[in-house]
Amino acid sequence: MQRRLFLRKTLSASALLLAGGAGALKSLVAHALEWPAALFDLENEPDVVKGLFGDTEITESSDVVIKAPLQAENGAVVPIKVSTSLPGTTMIAIVVEKNPVPYISSINLGESAGGFYSARIKMGETSNVTAFVSAGDKVYKASQEIKVTVGGCGG
Amino acid sequence: MAFTTKMKIKQVDGGHDVLCLVNHPMETGLRKDSKTGELIPQHFIEIMTFQLNGTTVAEAILGQGVSKNPLIGVRFTNAKSGDTVSVSWSDNQGNTGSAEATVQ
Repeated sequence: MQRRLFLRKTLSASALLLAGGAGALKSLVAHALEWPAALFDLENEPDVVKGLFGDTEITESSDVVIKAPLQAENGAVVPIKVSTSLPGTTMIAIVVEKNPVPYISSINLGESAGGFYSARIKMGETSNVTAFVSAGDKVYKASQEIKVTVGGCGG
Repeated sequence: MAFTTKMKIKQVDGGHDVLCLVNHPMETGLRKDSKTGELIPQHFIEIMTFQLNGTTVAEAILGQGVSKNPLIGVRFTNAKSGDTVSVSWSDNQGNTGSAEATVQ
């Protein structure tokens, strides 16, 4: 346990250093089994995307499908389903542009996992929600705006 | 504090959907206690791992942006009847939880 804590602390410290130098952001998630603390410190979507995927080009794709309400009365619980038929999908990530912490969640998928991820997320205000799918060497994305009547971040 | 972990397996087109529900506050660290006015410390699940017969199939990274009592779903493509599906999680305060079920 102590070793784990130590690892986590050193990892997040070095990740923070990386995040500090703009443009020096590397892909933090790809090989990390540890929780990527630095990604959760980022406050805007482009930085998060860079932290997740580095400089990989990202293509809009109709093969990434978001199933979510157009309007959420309660921003504290917004159900999101992401599915994709893209072959070789290894990762799905969900990012909410206008949340204080835009990086919501991601999932690494092994060979026995299908291109599917569902979660209930919090939204502070009306915002675009983007799903990123990493398949092969490429990254694809799809976005949907969700209108929020009552925010669900903080008091 | 007790964190109940529940899991449900549902047969769907293309495999089985595994849904995991955890009783967890998922505190953002931005919310204030209504009585004391002090910020409630961050408390959320960080990592959730889904396994099939002991082999990791999917590993989710969660954060404060996931709703209270998270419901996380993944799809298993080659689970067979009699296989064991398990889920385990850990949070930022050192708590852990798990659940296990057999594919029908």
